[in-house]
Parts: sequence; C-alpha cells; structure tokens
Amino acid sequence: MGQTPPILTMTGIGKQFPGVTALSNVDFRLFPGEIHALLGENGAGKSTLIKVLTGVYPHDAGEIELAGQPVSFSGPSQAQHSGISTVYQEVNLCPNLSVAENIFIGREPRRYGQIRWGELRRRSTELVGRLQLDIDVTQQLDTYSIAVQQMVAIARAVDIDAKVLILDEPTSSLDASEVQQLFQLMRRLKEAGVAILFVSHFLDQVYEIADRMTVLRNGRLIGEYMVAELPQLELVSKMIGKELQVLEQLEEQQQKRPPVATLERGTPVLDAEGLGRSGAIEPFSLAIHKGEVVGLAGLLGSGRTELARLLFGADKADHGRVEMDGQPVSLRGPRAAMARGVAFSSENRRTEGMVEELTVRENIILALQAARGWSRPIPRRRQDELVQRYIEALSITPADPEVEVRNLSGGNQQKVLLARWLITEPRLLIVDEPTRGIDVGAKAEIQRLIARLADGGLAVLFISAELEEVLRLSHKIAILRDRRLVEELENTEEIDTDRILQSIASGVVVEGEPV
Amino acid sequence: MSAVLRNRLFWPVAILVLLIFGNVFFTPTFLSIEVREGHLYGSLIDILRSATPLALVALGMTLVIATGGIDLSVGSVMAISGAVACLWISEQPDQNAVSGVLVAVGLALVLSLLLGAWNGMLVAAVGIQPIIATLILMVAGRGIAQLITDGQIITINSSAYKVIGAGYWLTIPVSVIIVAIVAAITMVITRRSALGLLIESVGGNPSASRLAGIHSGRLTLLVYAFAGLCAGIAGLIYTSNVSSADGNNAGNLVELDAILAVVIGGTSLAGGRFSLVGSVIGALVIKTLDITIYTVGVPTNTTLLFKALVVIALCLAQSPAFRARITGRRPAAHGKEVAA
Repeated sequence: MGQTPPILTMTGIGKQFPGVTALSNVDFRLFPGEIHALLGENGAGKSTLIKVLTGVYPHDAGEIELAGQPVSFSGPSQAQHSGISTVYQEVNLCPNLSVAENIFIGREPRRYGQIRWGELRRRSTELVGRLQLDIDVTQQLDTYSIAVQQMVAIARAVDIDAKVLILDEPTSSLDASEVQQLFQLMRRLKEAGVAILFVSHFLDQVYEIADRMTVLRNGRLIGEYMVAELPQLELVSKMIGKELQVLEQLEEQQQKRPPVATLERGTPVLDAEGLGRSGAIEPFSLAIHKGEVVGLAGLLGSGRTELARLLFGADKADHGRVEMDGQPVSLRGPRAAMARGVAFSSENRRTEGMVEELTVRENIILALQAARGWSRPIPRRRQDELVQRYIEALSITPADPEVEVRNLSGGNQQKVLLARWLITEPRLLIVDEPTRGIDVGAKAEIQRLIARLADGGLAVLFISAELEEVLRLSHKIAILRDRRLVEELENTEEIDTDRILQSIASGVVVEGEPV
Repeated sequence: MSAVLRNRLFWPVAILVLLIFGNVFFTPTFLSIEVREGHLYGSLIDILRSATPLALVALGMTLVIATGGIDLSVGSVMAISGAVACLWISEQPDQNAVSGVLVAVGLALVLSLLLGAWNGMLVAAVGIQPIIATLILMVAGRGIAQLITDGQIITINSSAYKVIGAGYWLTIPVSVIIVAIVAAITMVITRRSALGLLIESVGGNPSASRLAGIHSGRLTLLVYAFAGLCAGIAGLIYTSNVSSADGNNAGNLVELDAILAVVIGGTSLAGGRFSLVGSVIGALVIKTLDITIYTVGVPTNTTLLFKALVVIALCLAQSPAFRARITGRRPAAHGKEVAA
C-alpha cells in the first residue's frame, strides 16, 4: 500500500448523543481497490461511523476528506453524488418494479419529460453485463432471490459513479453459495478500483474477502490491521476487550466460579433434544438442572438469542423435542412456557421488555397478571406488597412504584424486568444480556442476584457477550458459533477466556466432548 | 396517580368550559336549566342528549384505539342496529308491546356484537391492518343496512321504543342514563379487573406484551366486539329518537367524530394509555362545538370543515416531529439508534 493515497480519510471523528459518547477520536481510512472490514461488537460505533460518513448524522469533532478534499455531507443523497454509495442489509429497492427501473429510479433517462424506456433497458443490460451478472433487467425485482436483489442494489450504487461503496451487513440473509456470488462481484469491483467498506458479523467471511480491517470498541478506535497479519483469535479478543478489572474488584468477595463439584444433577428441569429452527439455529441438545447456571457464549449473531427464544416458545421450533422434569412438553408460545415455569428476559429492553408508558408497578406485575388472565386481577394490596418487596430486594431506584418505567436508568429497567419474572416464581430463568449497557455497579448487583437465585435452586440460562461474566457465573458453558452449538464445557479450573475464545473463533474442539 | 389523571383531563375540560362560556356570551340563557312537564330542559341538556350516541361510540373506540387499532365501521354498525330494531318493531301487530321492543333491542345488540367480533377476528386472527379490516364493514355495512330497510326509511310508531332515545326518567333523559350506566360499567370493568392494564400494555408495546405472556388476540377480539356493541346501542338511541331507521344517514361520519373525541380526551392514536372519562368529555366538546357553530351563526355546511381544522391541529400537537420543529429542536430519536 503506502504508494496510493487513500481515497477517504476520517480523522479524529467524535459523536455525542445525549448521555452517550458514540464515537470518540476515531480515525478511519480507505484506499482505492481495497476491501476494508469495519469490525466491533454491537454498540461499538460501526453504524454511527457509517452514518457520520454518509451525512445521516453531523459529527461533533474531526474531519472527513474525500480524494484529498475536505467534505461534509448533509445527507446520504449528497454523499452519493460525491461518490459514496451505501447498500444496507435490508434491500432498499422496490420489489414490484423491474430490475431496470430499480437501477434507474429517480434518475431515469428522459426526453421532453418522457422516460426513454428503450435507453433505460439498454443501459441497464449493459451495466449488469459489465458486472458479469446473469440478470434479465425486464423482470420484476422480486422474482429474484435476496442475493440477486442485493447485487442489483450494488449495481445501482456502482452506476452512480461510486468511488466508495459501503456494504452494511450484506451477507446476513444470504446462504453460502449466494455469499460466494456476492464476493465475486465485490472482487470485480475491487479490481475496477472501487474502495469497499464491508461490515459483517461473520469473521470467516471477513478473513476470506477483506484486505484490511479497523476494529472499534465502545466508540473508540482499537486499531487498524492487515487481515493477513492478525489471527482470528486475537481479533476476537480485541473486539470483546477486557475492561472488567473494575468489576472484578467489586466482585472480590465472591467466589471466582461456582462450585461445579457440589452441584447435584438429577433429572434436568429442562432437556432439549435436537431442538432447532431452520434459518435461526441448527438443532442442538442442552440440559439445564435445578440450581445450575448454564452460560451461553458466542459472538453476536451466533444464535444465542435464537436458542433462548426456542426454549421460551417465543419462536416455534421445527425440529426436536423438549422435556421438562422428564415429561415431554410442547412450548407452543410464551404462555405455554410460562405455565411450565419458564421465564425469559429479552436482550432488547426497549422493544421487547419494557412497556415504557406504564409504571414500575404495572411493568413488574405484567407477566404474573397475564398468567392469571384479565378477569382475576391481583388485589392492589398484594401488588403493592410484591412490588415493594422486589424494589427493596433488587434496590431499584427510584423506589417509587408509580413512576413511569421510561424514566429509569437502563440498569434499573433491567431490574424491573427481572422482578417481573421473579414474581412469577419461575423454575427456569432465561436471561439474555441482562448486564448490557448498564453501569458496573448495577452489573455486579445483577450478577450477585443471579448467583443467589441459583443457590436457591433456580435453573438459569445466562446469555452474555462478556466472557468473564459467563465464566464467573456458570456451572456449564455452551458455546455457539455461526448458529450452531459447537461445544459444551464444564466450568472447571482449566477453563479460561482464552479457551472459550479459541472455540468461538475457530470452532475447533481441543478437548472436552464434541456435541 | 390522581395528579396524572388531573393533568391528562385538564385540556379537554378546559376546552369544554371555554366553549360553554363562549356560548353564554352569545346566548345569555345558555346555562339555565328548568323543569318543564317533568323534564329537565335547557341548552346544556340538549347537548347531553345529542351527545349520547357519539359518547357511546367513543367509549368503544377508546378501547380499540388503546390496543393500537381503529374502528371505521361504527357508523355502519349503528345503521344496521337501528334498521334491525325498527324492522322487527314495524312488523309487530302491536308496535307498543314491550315484549316486541325488547326482542328487537336484543336482536340488534347481539348482531352488533357479532359484527364487532367479525372486525376483531379480521384484525386478530387474520392479521389484516385494523384500518383496512374495519373499512370492509364500513362500506359493506351500509349495504347491509340498505338491504334490511329495503332502501326505504322505515318509520315506526312505538311509544315503548321511543323511551330509549326520547324518554325521561325522574326528569333525566333515558339516553343520558344509558350512557352513564355503560360508561360506569366500562370504567369499573377495565379498572377493577386487569383488563385496562393488559389493553394498555398491548397498545404500548405489542412484542413485549407477547413475551410477557399476554394473549393479545383475545383482547383484540374483545375490544372490537365491545366497540360493535356500543355502536349498536348508539344506533338504538338514534333511531328511537327519530322513530325511524335510515340505512343511509344513520351514524354517517360518526367514526370521525368518535376518533376525534378519543383524541381530544387524551388517548393517543398510537395506543397505550387510555381515558374513558376523557373520551366522554371529548364527545361533549364536539357536540358543544357543533352547537356553538350553530348559535354563532356560522353556516352549518362549514361545520365539517371547522371540525377538520380542529382534528388537524390536535394531530399536529400530538406529533413529536411537529412539536420538535415548532420548538426548533431535532427530535430526540437519535439516542435510540446508538446501539444499532
């Protein structure tokens, strides 16, 4: 490299949202004819960086230079005119129009105000021919697969004289052969000198296609690396980070890990056999016992949430069966799972957890009330009693049950969600990312609470992106990778984060039983 | 809790009071109520009586809107209900017989309930968007009402039936008593049981509600059926008052007024928190507005335009984007996208 000047340079980019620093002093550069992967866990600032680049958000600090000229875009269309095109995960085209119409929509060749259809078809055919795509441009777009639609979107972007092409999660809804088709197109564009910014959760794909990568974590730049020079294992540890010293100090009094030896495993509370759902998670088997915490580890998109949703009946499994206490059960929906004593606290507090305009009290009693049905209200005195008890037990602040839950901090909202499920007296508690986005103090409290509940005999399925947390709480750790449960480990002294990272990054089973 | 309630009802009550005082300015006797021939009599009583069908429809509409839906078919259901009752009575040998009237009322109400349940089924089980699902009955219902009345206006002469819309009991209009009873029962059921909470939860966040184990389908069916029933009662009051059933004009555009009443009453069209008292006050505001336009001397054919302006103003006031533009700040939606 070195010889060619970068086509795009972003220097010292900063972006604040109310109460959150989304980006802080981030540098990013992109060379013509390279594929550059932008990597980071959820919330690392990848989307924000792209939105700053394309003018969706104004940036608070830093400079953007395109081909040596300082630029500042007021919106994506302006960015597009300057040669920066973006193709999003969901194809932003009109499925009911023809391929040709989609390619030229908004910039149709015209004469005297009339669209020149012949010209439009000729130029579209020429364009797909140049990109070596086998597409009939007169066909309606939705007669083609998502992969082809994505390539039409790319063709459209490229035709608007793109110097920089941003592909945001282009492969997330494609199967393996479609990914290869897409990669071929990307390679051809790269040879033509287009600079491609590639965002993906799939690290194997990054290693296959990208030349260079930039890693972000918590809105900060971790570094820029040549793909060939950074092993996958190291990349994963850079993405996840080890910022937990503070937390560990808070946790000193607690045992390092739960005593696996003393756990008596009888009949599992829940035993899944070959449970799976196509497109979400491949068939897996998993048993969770009374008093046991089973941790789920894996990168974002590895199928952690999908697995949990099957066990709660939030999504229907199309393979396998579930036994609870040795009895076969059918988890048709959340209510059926609840009736069996399963509780599920979603990772999306805002969209799937809180009912924001309801009060803390109403949010806490919601699941219990739903289980009783509308005609058997929980007497108000009993509600107040229960809510008060959990506000105290979980130290929810403010301790006012009648305040709207949207006014609480993330950590307190998480506690409200836990309280909602704890008052239903579940036998299996599934918690998906209960500590994400909350401050260290609240994090430690929630961890302590989960450990205490398990000591009291509750079976827990604990999902977290933070490996230290999983290690600290779990008796058993199940590792997911690319929507497959690849390994199940007893959490003994030999297991450490490196061992788990290895499994997450490569899927190679070094020791322990393959599943 | 009471502070929130007061806050929520402040504006509708303020508008109502303002309108009434505006009327006193033009008609000094506006507030006077006297007893004539054993009836309460006066402008305020007129407003109450004329607002009864709308208030009933608004009660049902409130719960539908609280679940995040909407019901456009209420006017047609009103027409069908009135047409069925009047047809049955007109075919009785003795139109004054109480038993015949009771059967007519029963038939009309059961049919209204079923029509509402049909809407609910389309929304909850088939998954059609509420506005489209209820549009079907809005259009088809007029046709059904026309079929029932055979395209004619059915005129009846039944003193027993007339009691519903035009009768008095202890000087108070019977229609007002009916609305008061329905409103009271609805409030008690929604607030004393957990129904209100679950409806607000489903309207506030459907996916969170599903994961909390709420059967939103059943609730949806229930609220649409209830909206149908309310519209049915409104249809009885309307036809009873004029002793005739007009399939074409009964309940015409009442859906617009009812939605407006609900919005004035402080229930958001996005669903969630609802206020039944607010909707009843909203209905009174609209009827007072009608009378005000009339007494002030604005031609009645501009009433609709005037109301439309009020709707636009209210919707704009509810829109966060519009409020942000007025105050000159960008909407605070950005924070949500940080984690994306």
